[in-house]
Amino acid sequence: MHTVPEQPALSRLFRMQWEEAQGTHVLLYPEGMVKLNPSAAEILKRCDGLHTVPAIVGELEQAFHCDGLRGDVDDFLRVASERGWIV
Amino acid sequence: MNAPTIDPAIAPPLWLLAELTYRCPLHCPFCYNPVDYANDRTELTTEQWFDVMRQARRLGAAQLGFSGGEPLLRDDLEDLVGEGRRLGFYTNLITSGIGLTESRLARMKALGLDHIQLSFQDSTRALNDFLSSTKTFDLKARVARLIKQYDYPMVLNVVLHRFNLDHVERIIAMALDMGVDYLELANTQYYGWALVNRDQLMPTREQVARAESIVNACRARIGNRMRILFVVPDYFEAQPKACMNGWGGVFLGIAPDGTALPCHAARTLPGIDFPNVRTTTVKEIWYDSAAFNRYRGDAWMKDPCRTCDDKAKDFGGCRCQAYAMTGDAANADPVCAKSARHGDVQTIVLHAQRAQQRAPDAATSPPAQPIVFRSDVNSLKVSPPCP
Repeated sequence: MHTVPEQPALSRLFRMQWEEAQGTHVLLYPEGMVKLNPSAAEILKRCDGLHTVPAIVGELEQAFHCDGLRGDVDDFLRVASERGWIV
Repeated sequence: MNAPTIDPAIAPPLWLLAELTYRCPLHCPFCYNPVDYANDRTELTTEQWFDVMRQARRLGAAQLGFSGGEPLLRDDLEDLVGEGRRLGFYTNLITSGIGLTESRLARMKALGLDHIQLSFQDSTRALNDFLSSTKTFDLKARVARLIKQYDYPMVLNVVLHRFNLDHVERIIAMALDMGVDYLELANTQYYGWALVNRDQLMPTREQVARAESIVNACRARIGNRMRILFVVPDYFEAQPKACMNGWGGVFLGIAPDGTALPCHAARTLPGIDFPNVRTTTVKEIWYDSAAFNRYRGDAWMKDPCRTCDDKAKDFGGCRCQAYAMTGDAANADPVCAKSARHGDVQTIVLHAQRAQQRAPDAATSPPAQPIVFRSDVNSLKVSPPCP
């Protein structure tokens, strides 16, 4: 059971960058790559060890003019944590 | 029956492996380098490598591996790392650690090297349990500490075979002690020198199963402190691996002399003219060359692959293994239970089992038939240059 850190940060094993040739953000790690959809990229961009989870949610809701994102963000962060993307 | 078809569109290469040299200070009997590597010592220049890297990056490759042989034997490695990182690649150094001094490491760190994969190998000629080869152990431990000191994730690759599978618990303990973040326990695959030495290296099914259950138990105990990957040798499977994610799928390997290959062993396949980056653009190589298109899609497949539901999942397995074991690269990889030649694989496994049963301490004592260690002399002996 993985608990999501309160101020999630991208693990130093991973680097996120925009890949023009693929038209997506990707997570690069030793010898591997994960393609990220736009929502995943927006959440991970804010995993800088400073944003709390509520702050991430708040920012996204503001940026994308919507609300009720908490559930989706929680779900994503749980998966990200299980996979070791965030610490 | 409607088997799924494979998408004919060619995706860009994502993984560029730069095999900088076949020179290496070690003599591992499970090396996957070509057995005839000593016949041709040509190596690309720094500028030629820069050009390859730039071309591949433009196509969309995002992962860049520096390998060999031993990449640290190239004096220009730092320059190559720097250029790779500048281009936006995620850069990986795949090394034995031999020659990784602090100053070189510091320089590569400063130039942006992203990841170092430290391999564990036998460096002695005597067939010893590598854990008792203390010189190697101390050297590796020193290099591992250095790697951690420079704030790299510590990624350790250990090649497993008959002679160290039974020590997997000690290997895991050692890795934990070294502060390893990611441990890759890679059962040796049989290409290059490993294929020459297959009969000596092949473990028994029981050894593999025992090791796997120990790994699972350790994983449960260790949790997130260290991630462990255990790659089972495919000879013990009934379904083949999706080799390289498909021929010409995501992987582009460039050999020291500039030959472009869809995998490490592809040059063993007869009748294919592999293009060279010295004379052909990477774009043409990847998208247009006959060599890279040879086993893309499914038109080349024979039965059982052609009509198999899994063909889009495993691509019929490994071409090189199909060729090595059945004489035809277009056949199903005989690891597959559906292959008419699957019995051959089972025979090889059984043979190894009987060999170990005849010599109960075979896991710790040298085998009757001598192992062929990777060396220039042996390379020229086993594969004499054509007159």
